Amino acid sequence: MADILRLRLVTPERLLLDEEVDEVTAPGTVGEFGVFPDHATFLSSLQPGRLSYKQNGQARSLAVNDGFAEVVDNLMTVLCTEAAYANEIDAAQAQEAVREAEAALGNLSPTDTGFEDAQNTLRLAQVRLDVASNG
Amino acid sequence: MATLKEIRKRVSSVQNIQQITKAMKMVSAARLRRAQEAALAARPYAEKLEAVLQNLAAQGGELAHPFLTERAENNTTLIVMTSDRGLCGGFNSSLIREAEAFMRQRSEQKVSLILVGRRAYDHFKRRDVTIAEEHINLYGRLSADLAHDIGRRVGEQFLSGETDSFYVLYAKFRSALVQVPTLDKILPIASTPQTEDQSTLDYLYEPAPQTLLASLLERYIDMLIYRAMLESVASEHGARMTAMDNATNNAVEMIDRLTLDMNRARQAGITRELLEIVATGESLKG
Repeated sequence: MADILRLRLVTPERLLLDEEVDEVTAPGTVGEFGVFPDHATFLSSLQPGRLSYKQNGQARSLAVNDGFAEVVDNLMTVLCTEAAYANEIDAAQAQEAVREAEAALGNLSPTDTGFEDAQNTLRLAQVRLDVASNG
Repeated sequence: MATLKEIRKRVSSVQNIQQITKAMKMVSAARLRRAQEAALAARPYAEKLEAVLQNLAAQGGELAHPFLTERAENNTTLIVMTSDRGLCGGFNSSLIREAEAFMRQRSEQKVSLILVGRRAYDHFKRRDVTIAEEHINLYGRLSADLAHDIGRRVGEQFLSGETDSFYVLYAKFRSALVQVPTLDKILPIASTPQTEDQSTLDYLYEPAPQTLLASLLERYIDMLIYRAMLESVASEHGARMTAMDNATNNAVEMIDRLTLDMNRARQAGITRELLEIVATGESLKG
């Protein structure tokens, strides 16, 4: 049986990707993980970060917001609230978002209620900037 | 009987109305198509999320979460989704009627409202009700972000005990002609729909299932709200399209009737003039 991994990426707004890939690297909440064909059945939550995959030897990256990844029978489904390729992100806007998120985080102490959210917002903004500028 | 000039004026004003309603109908038709596409695009996410949740529930065994636990409903929160603009037939009034019926049924409880759309806000702001939040002047630009925003706040209120249950009232889209006001319970989450024979998959979890469940449920709530928003937008455009179609047809009918009146008035004028000429001729002869 040919062992091909299929990556399906869905957000509430669209089905972004449904293709065969060689390998995937995803930002899990307890650490980045890689998925190759014939991976064990697996469910993980994701944090804002860079999701990259290789297709015919070519690597592509997306900035994803928090969500989940499930691997069953060589089908990896990624559910995330937002995802964008480098060419969909405006670097200047991303830079601005980083500044805003840093400022917002600066006003909070780790015990405040919105602290975790602010941290996630900053992380997402940084990843978007990184993906936009480094591809 | 109206004079010829008056009738002409009315015809041209009705023609103007007809042009506007026709244009509005076309705009609504285009927006409806887009809204339906958005609803369709959201489906894979919703289905997958439900499937993952089911899988987790099926094998986690002893998974418990406050979101899944029923308790006495003393404080209730209701989201009412209406439109910002009018001219869409009975769309908003039927939703508002349902919302009032809901509150009457629960007169013993404290019901607070989250209002989406200016129509509901304009209606309820003058009345003796608790408005927790209002989201107005969005003009159909309801995003997953807004759903997430509302979902998070409501989740927090539910966990802190400020509210014991959480409903959403929106117009479910059946067709451009039919939109059904629908009340859905969001919290506590009624047991997730179970499929009969489940092939239990042996999952590896990261992090622990309990932690995963909590964040999955939060997403699930967001998704339910988002889905209601998409339905509501599609319904609004459907309702407006139908209302404007009716208005256009009525205008056509009215123009026909007025044109008939106009021709009659013109004919009557001609007949009168002829009679006068004949009468004058007769009297001169005499």
